[in-house]
Amino acid sequence: MSDNVSALDKASYEGFVKVEEAGLRGMITLRGDLGSVKIKNAATGVAGVDMPEQGHANSVEQSGLAWMSPDELLVMLPYGDVNAALAQITKHLKGQHYLAVDVSDARAVFRISGAGAREVIAKLCPVDMSQDAFKPGQFRRTRMAQVPAAFWMGEDEAVHIISFRSVAEYVFNLLKNAAAPGSEVGYLNP
Amino acid sequence: MSTRLATGGRLLNKTCALNFTFNGKRMSGHAGDTLASALLANDQMLIGRSFKYHRPRGVVASGAEEPNGLVGMGEGAKFEPNQRVTTTELFEGLTAKSQNHWPSLVFDLGAVNTKLARFLPGGFYYKTFIQPRAFWKHVYEPIIRKSAGLGKAPKDRDTDKYEHFYAFVDVLIIGGGIAGLQAARAAGQAGAKVLLLEQTAHWGGRAPVDGGTVDGHPVEAFIENTVSELQAMKNVTLRNRTMGSGVYDHGYVLGYERVGDHQPGAAGPRHRLWRIRAGQVIAATGAIERPLSFAGNDIPGVLLASAIRDYVVNYGVSVGDRTVVVTNNDDAYRTAITLKKQGLIVPVILDARAEGGGELALQARELGIRVENGKAIAKVKGHKRVTGVEICAQAGEGAVLEEIDCDAVAMSGGWSPVVHLWSHCGGKLNWDEANAMFRPDATRPPTGADGEGFVSAAGAANGALEIQELLKDADAAGKAAAKATGHSPKRKAAPKGEAEIETPMQPVWLMPQGAHVKLRMKSWLDYQNDVKVSDIQLAAREGYESVEHAKRYTTIGMATDQGKLSNINGLAILSDALNQPIPQTGTTTFRPPYTPISMASIAGEARDECFQPLRKTPIHAWHEENGVYWEPVGAWRRPYCYQKPGESIDEAVNREVINTRKSLGLLDASTLGKIIVKGPDAGRFLDMLYTNMMSTLNPGRCRYGLMCNENGFLMDDGVVAKLDDETYLCHTTTGGAEVIHGHMEEWLQTEWWDWKVFTANLTEQYAQIAVVGPMARKTLEKLTDEDLSAEGLSFMGWKDYTLDGIHARIYRISFSGELSYEIAVRASEGRALWDKLMQAGAEFDVTPYGTETLHILRAEKGFIMIGDETDGTIIPQDLGLHWAISKKKDDFLGKRAQQRAHMTDPNRWQLVGLETLDGSVLPEGALATAEGVNANGQRNLQGRVTSTYHSATLGRGIAMGLVFGGPERMGEVLSFAKLDGTDVQAMIVDPIFFDKDGEKQNVR
Repeated sequence: MSDNVSALDKASYEGFVKVEEAGLRGMITLRGDLGSVKIKNAATGVAGVDMPEQGHANSVEQSGLAWMSPDELLVMLPYGDVNAALAQITKHLKGQHYLAVDVSDARAVFRISGAGAREVIAKLCPVDMSQDAFKPGQFRRTRMAQVPAAFWMGEDEAVHIISFRSVAEYVFNLLKNAAAPGSEVGYLNP
Repeated sequence: MSTRLATGGRLLNKTCALNFTFNGKRMSGHAGDTLASALLANDQMLIGRSFKYHRPRGVVASGAEEPNGLVGMGEGAKFEPNQRVTTTELFEGLTAKSQNHWPSLVFDLGAVNTKLARFLPGGFYYKTFIQPRAFWKHVYEPIIRKSAGLGKAPKDRDTDKYEHFYAFVDVLIIGGGIAGLQAARAAGQAGAKVLLLEQTAHWGGRAPVDGGTVDGHPVEAFIENTVSELQAMKNVTLRNRTMGSGVYDHGYVLGYERVGDHQPGAAGPRHRLWRIRAGQVIAATGAIERPLSFAGNDIPGVLLASAIRDYVVNYGVSVGDRTVVVTNNDDAYRTAITLKKQGLIVPVILDARAEGGGELALQARELGIRVENGKAIAKVKGHKRVTGVEICAQAGEGAVLEEIDCDAVAMSGGWSPVVHLWSHCGGKLNWDEANAMFRPDATRPPTGADGEGFVSAAGAANGALEIQELLKDADAAGKAAAKATGHSPKRKAAPKGEAEIETPMQPVWLMPQGAHVKLRMKSWLDYQNDVKVSDIQLAAREGYESVEHAKRYTTIGMATDQGKLSNINGLAILSDALNQPIPQTGTTTFRPPYTPISMASIAGEARDECFQPLRKTPIHAWHEENGVYWEPVGAWRRPYCYQKPGESIDEAVNREVINTRKSLGLLDASTLGKIIVKGPDAGRFLDMLYTNMMSTLNPGRCRYGLMCNENGFLMDDGVVAKLDDETYLCHTTTGGAEVIHGHMEEWLQTEWWDWKVFTANLTEQYAQIAVVGPMARKTLEKLTDEDLSAEGLSFMGWKDYTLDGIHARIYRISFSGELSYEIAVRASEGRALWDKLMQAGAEFDVTPYGTETLHILRAEKGFIMIGDETDGTIIPQDLGLHWAISKKKDDFLGKRAQQRAHMTDPNRWQLVGLETLDGSVLPEGALATAEGVNANGQRNLQGRVTSTYHSATLGRGIAMGLVFGGPERMGEVLSFAKLDGTDVQAMIVDPIFFDKDGEKQNVR
């Protein structure tokens, strides 16, 4: 599938943090009763991680589960694995009321890494990014300047951001701008 | 003259000289200077001209309250007007220009206004220019705007950067004076997360200038120790050069950080707007000294007593050699003592109080300073500079007792707590009779969602002006705020502050108290807007009794300093004129920002490429490379048409229309909304949303549907495809994608929460390309061997295909009347498919087309467009769409509304086609006129144009419109008014102009 290109074809920028468009990521929107064992099993089965709590994401490399809303999960996995995963979910949830759709191409994924990653987010999102408030494993759906965005943080304190594909360039520019050398705030990373 | 002293200047780094220019004149100062102190050090006392009378003006204050010292700073793209000299830190190469003068600062023609002052009283503009009415806009206003007004608007684009920053804290303290520092310590020791903001570059506020001791040590030591203690605390952040600009609901506070103002050219933003959520806010914002109202109190060289002291102590600058001090309180004696100790001359201290002052007065006398109790200034002499004062008794009417030569006057009318931040969100004030000031009423704070107060005031801002009380008050505020945010304050006593005991001040609102009118007309209240005591008194006589009315009538407090010096004096004069106590008059409303903040900081990152998000389809780059002329559609950019070299927009559109009808067109339809609706109740749900029946659709089939809101009005349309037994894909208009998805979720979450339906908005998951025209099938067949025949994929059917390796879902639907396929592929393969189609279509002269061609093709076929034929007041029945409204269904959204009398009124305008008799194109939105006029004397109407185009296919103008009587009037000719006053005749025709039998879309 050499034809598949992500919104910004892995553009990157080095400011006081590193900003990278992370390329295509497999993503499935799974809606259903998150309390149901079948739904949980279907999700954890394809993602290979534990069911996340409300407001959290569990992830290992390209795979993971993120809590989107009381009846919605985001299943993440390598881009090429989506069809197989969808087939597996369909098989597993036969007869259940649920919705599972491929949304990989509707999204752009960014990774920002470096000591100032929290501050870059705090310039753009109305979220408490201090270390005691936003910890690795938490997942936040919010607004980034003028567009919707969601993000979580890995153990390495790199922030992974998901936006809609059509505004990928806007989001990249926002991040670039916020990461410009000399604009460190020195508040969250004193 | 004002000059730099040999000693003093605790904020200066005298080893670092900085060069700057004022009105082109080269001057020099030191690192640590403000522009104000540097100008004074260079004997530049005259800094600007007042707003109305163009009176000469010099600095009167030393901080954010300064009303006079406003200059234009920088050049070109860095130019900014109305910069306050007292809060501008000096930097190398600073260029400043004075404002509001013509032709020059020293010789100003507008100053003739001051001679006309008796003809320019408060309310002058309103009275004089009200008649004739039409003159205001065209004659008076332009002239007045030229003569009045402060800085010029910048002409060039700002090249600096700005940004926002979100912070969340338990306790936010505004003001880094000793009260703020102590409050921060108390709250920080309790473990609260504290942010302390200070608007200047220094900690400790004015305490080092005013003196006193804390726990037996000089106050400087207390400041130094507290700052280092706070810096060491992990839960406390100190941020200087950051002003607390406004307090808003729910603990939301704006902080305005001037990151780069003092170091232009450095990397990073110039300003940063802090958007802070705080559990508790402490306003430790200090107090501002009030001027005294005596004649000539605006002449350059008359300053606040505290400011004169600040310039000496902080910047080593003397404002004058001989300074007369005039006061109604003890604090101003500190200025006299400071000056005397510097070896400067204080000819006299005029204390308006008959009994005089206390300990400080004694000290002054011991230093040999002449002190006159019960005395006042009758008049300041001088024009561009103080030359002397005339002395009188405060109790009298101004009979001159003595004249004293001096070149500066230090005045003090007492202190007003800075209650702005307390008041922004509704904190109430009490009038403190003893100190003649408004102070926060702790029992009536601004309240949050829980009904509890979330702002407190501490120290001088709370009315605790003297160090003894101030530190205790601040300590208590810090502890209380920590407690309110769930922390346990330490049981440690507040540090003990000590200073000279002061005797009570005595309110003096007019000097002398019985000043006759000539003096009152020269006694300034508002320096920037030129409001005098006599103006307020006139306003009161003319019936402007409310303080808010008097403010607007006289413009007191409405200048860029927002009346920091003038408001209390003004309302005291008003109260006196109305014979009522001050609290009955009350204050005007305190509104954010505390001092003006840059517009650019509010915009933050939203400029240039980040100004607004632009949504781009996966094929956007191709459009850009191929002569696209863009049309904004919501946040998307869609091709309107593609211009070939030398082609006009009209020519491009006509070519696209002709080629598509003749052979093959391609449209990027990726922006169309695509919403998945799935579940056992999905069919039932769609039957409620659409006016027609969707549940009967078979998998593999598509149906066009209309969506109405509860009021029956048409809100969206599109093709619904049934994917499997319980899954539907609903196409919406481009603009409807998010709205309709939200509409669906709203009904599912609020009304039909028990229905088993899930939705997902997949708009961006797919790139969608319409392949349109007689050669459409032949083109696709080059990319696949699968069956695309009329039977293999029939009209209004869909099927999955592989097109040259790309998985595609093909819908055979048509919005053009041509043989047409809409192909959905994953967004990441959209561009690849487009390229393949361009290549495969090359032999058929493939023509990418834009939205205008899309519109023309659909209009030729009489298809409606949401937003053209509909405007939120149109029901499907108006558009002849009865066929798409199910009669079998019990209910759907809009059904009952469409049965209302007004909706079934046969007089509603109906959709028809319109053809001009001369073949021309009807103007957009043109109205069909009828005989007679309505009750308002306007021409009666009988219809309007909703869509109008030149049809290249038919070689003439075509239009659709809503007309009284509708299709029943087929063949009648209507007259449409054009903007040039002429009319154009158009005949009512069938709205289907082309291929009435629909043969073309069935090409085999």
